[in-house]
Amino acid sequence: MSVTHPDYRLSQLDQLEAESIHIFREVAAEFEKPVLMFSGGKDSIVMLRLAEKAFYPAKIPFPVLQVDTGYDFPEVLACRDEWVARLGLRLVVASVEEAIANGVVVDDGRTTRNRMQIGTLLNAIEEEGFTAAFGGGRRDEEKARAKERVYSHRDEFGQWDPKNQRPELWSLYNGRIHEGEHMRIFPLSNWTELDIWHYLDREQISIPSIYFSHQRRVFERDGMLLSESEHNPLRAGEVAEERTVRFRTVGDLTLTGCVESTAATTAEIIDEIAVARLTERGATRGDDRFSEAAMEDRKKEGYF
Amino acid sequence: MDLLRFATAGSVDDGKSTLIGRLLLDSKAIFEDQLAAVEATSASKGYDYTDLALLTDGLRSEREQGITIDVAYRYFATPSRKFIIADTPGHVQYTRNMVTGASTADLGLVLVDARHGLTEQSRRHAVLLSLLRVPHLVLAVNKMDLVDYSAERFEEIKREFSAFATKLTIPDLTIIPISALKGDNVVTRSANMPWYDGSSLLHHLENVHVASDRDLRDARFPVQYVVRPKSDEHHDYRGYAGQVAGGVFKPGDDVVVLPSGMPATIAGIDLFDREVAEAYPPMSVTIRLNEDVDVSRGDLIARPNNQPAVTQDVDAMVAWMSTTPLRPRQKLLVKHTTRTVKALVKELDYRLDVNTLHRDLESGELGVNEIGRVRLRTQQPLLLDPYSRNRTTGAFILIDEATGVTVGAGMVND
Repeated sequence: MSVTHPDYRLSQLDQLEAESIHIFREVAAEFEKPVLMFSGGKDSIVMLRLAEKAFYPAKIPFPVLQVDTGYDFPEVLACRDEWVARLGLRLVVASVEEAIANGVVVDDGRTTRNRMQIGTLLNAIEEEGFTAAFGGGRRDEEKARAKERVYSHRDEFGQWDPKNQRPELWSLYNGRIHEGEHMRIFPLSNWTELDIWHYLDREQISIPSIYFSHQRRVFERDGMLLSESEHNPLRAGEVAEERTVRFRTVGDLTLTGCVESTAATTAEIIDEIAVARLTERGATRGDDRFSEAAMEDRKKEGYF
Repeated sequence: MDLLRFATAGSVDDGKSTLIGRLLLDSKAIFEDQLAAVEATSASKGYDYTDLALLTDGLRSEREQGITIDVAYRYFATPSRKFIIADTPGHVQYTRNMVTGASTADLGLVLVDARHGLTEQSRRHAVLLSLLRVPHLVLAVNKMDLVDYSAERFEEIKREFSAFATKLTIPDLTIIPISALKGDNVVTRSANMPWYDGSSLLHHLENVHVASDRDLRDARFPVQYVVRPKSDEHHDYRGYAGQVAGGVFKPGDDVVVLPSGMPATIAGIDLFDREVAEAYPPMSVTIRLNEDVDVSRGDLIARPNNQPAVTQDVDAMVAWMSTTPLRPRQKLLVKHTTRTVKALVKELDYRLDVNTLHRDLESGELGVNEIGRVRLRTQQPLLLDPYSRNRTTGAFILIDEATGVTVGAGMVND
C-alpha cells in the first residue's frame, strides 16, 4: 500500500482501517476494562491486526476472550494460540463444557453449543468485570446486524434492546454505562466479507488453514456439508466421503458447513467470493436457520 | 476503489425501500438465499409480488408492522466504488434518525412521489441535510411511471424544489426522474423518458466527486490516546495517537498543543511500523513531537497560525433527541472530539421550524426531534471550529449524565 497520495485520497480499505483503529483507541481510552472476543476466525484475526496497529509499538492494552464450545476446529484453536503468543496477550477462555459442569448453562440435549455460548459468555464478562467487549460482527452478515450500532449497549442482563438504541452521530461514540452493564463494540461494522478478504490478502497474515481448500471427510445434512466428527454422529442414511472443501466461516463444527472449493490462496478466495451467490451465513451456518429472526433473538439474549 | 456514504430520506410511502432493494438487487449485492427468504415471506403473507422492503426491514417488530423503525446500514459495491447506505426511516422519529444517518453522509438522497410533489417531509429532510452540511443532495422524483413519465410534471417539481433550495445551503444539487419499481433511470437510463438527458441514479452515485469535501486547509489533530510502551526496545517512545480531523501534517511542521498553547515540532508520524511523509483526514496515525511537552487525551494539535477557538462558550444548533425537553439551566455532558466536559444550558435563542424555517423566539424549551439555537457554558474549554468549516471539530453530542443516554447533536455556529 502506498500511503501518500498526491490528491490526498485514501482507498476505501484504508478508510475502513482508519475508522476501526479510531474505535479501538476510543474504547481503550474510555473504558475501565475492555476485552476482545476472539474466536480464531478471520474477522477476529482482522480485529487483532487492527488492534495491533492502533497501539503500536506498545502492546495491545486488553486481553482476549475466547468462548470455547468444546466443538471447535483444532486448526482454529492452533491459530488462536499462535496469535496470542506472537502478540504476548493474556487469553481468557470461557468454556461451554465448564459452564455446563458448573451449572451456568444447561445442556438439555436439544440446545446447541452455539446457543449455550450466550450464557457462558455473559458469565465470563460478569466474573471478569469486563465493561466493553469487542466483537467481530459485521453489518453485512445479517439483517439484524445491519441495525446495530458500533457501540451496542447491553443492560445488566447482557441484553440488547434494538428498539432503544442510542443514536450514533459522527464518530462521537457514547460509552457511558452503569454498574453491571457493558458495551459491545463492533469495529468491523462497515466492513463486508469481501473487504475482510482483501485486507487479509493485503496484510498477508496467518489465518486457520481450514479457510483454504483441503481434503476432508464430510457428509450432507439439511443441504450443508458438515465435517465427520465424534461430536456429530451420522444419522441414518448419511454417508461420509472425502471431498475438496474450504470453510467460509468458522464456529461450532457441528453447525458450520463447508463449501466445495479449490481456492488455495486469499487471491483465489477473493475471485470465488466475488461471484458467490449465497451469503456466508446462509450457505454454511446452521445456527441462523432456526427462524427468520434467529440472529436477532440470540442477540437480544446477549449473543455477539 | 473509493467510498461513498449516502443517507436516504423521504416520506413513508415514497418507495424508499423499493429503491434500495432495486439498487442492491441490480448491483448483485443481494444473494440468492436472502432473496429466497424474502420471496418465501412475501408468499406467506399472501402478497402477489416480492416485497423488496423485507430485505431492509431487519427486525422482527419492523416486519410485523411493515415499517422501518431504526437506521440500518447497507453495503454494495460496483467496480468503481463501495457504497454505504444509511437507510433512515421516514416515520415519526424522523429527526433523530435522519441526523444519525446524515451525520456521516457525503450525499443525501431525498425521494418524492411524482404524483404528490414536495411534501412537508421532503422539505424537512432537505433542511436537515442542509443543516448537517451534507455536501451533495440528490432529489429523486420517484413513481414517474404513475404520471405517464411526464416531463411537465417533473419540471414542475424541479422548479418548486429549486426555489425552496435557495434558502438552504446545498452546494451541489442533482434532480433525477426515476421509477424504483420499474427500474427507470435507477441503474440504466430509461427509454421511457427520452426528454431527460442527465445520468441514471447509480451513474451519478458512482461519479459524484467527494474527495474535495474534506477540510484540507486547517490542520487539526485531536489527541485520542498516548502511546507509551516503556518496553526495552521502545523505552523512550511517546506518541500521540489520533485520527486527523483536518489539514495535512508533515514531519518538521511547527505545531501548537491546545489548550495549553505550548509550541512544538513534529518529529515523525507513524502508521503502525512505518513512518509516513504526511498525514491527512481521515488517517489514524501516531504523531511524535521533538519537545517533551505535556500532551494528553482531549488536547488538540494545530498549526500556530491557524488555530480553533479555545472557548467555554458554545453557540450551536442543537437537534434534541430526548422525550425530556431541553431547558435553560439544565446540566449536560458534552462530548466534542476526544474531550468530554460538563456543560450548562445558558440560553435557548430560538426553536427552528424545520418546515418553514421560521424562528420561534418565544419557545422556552426544545422537545424531542426539535432543533434550536442553544448557548452552552462548559466547565473546561473546548477547541472549536464552525461546523460549516469542519464536520469533526465543529460537531458534538450531548449526554444526559444520569441515564448515560445521548440526548442531542450539536453543530457549532460560525
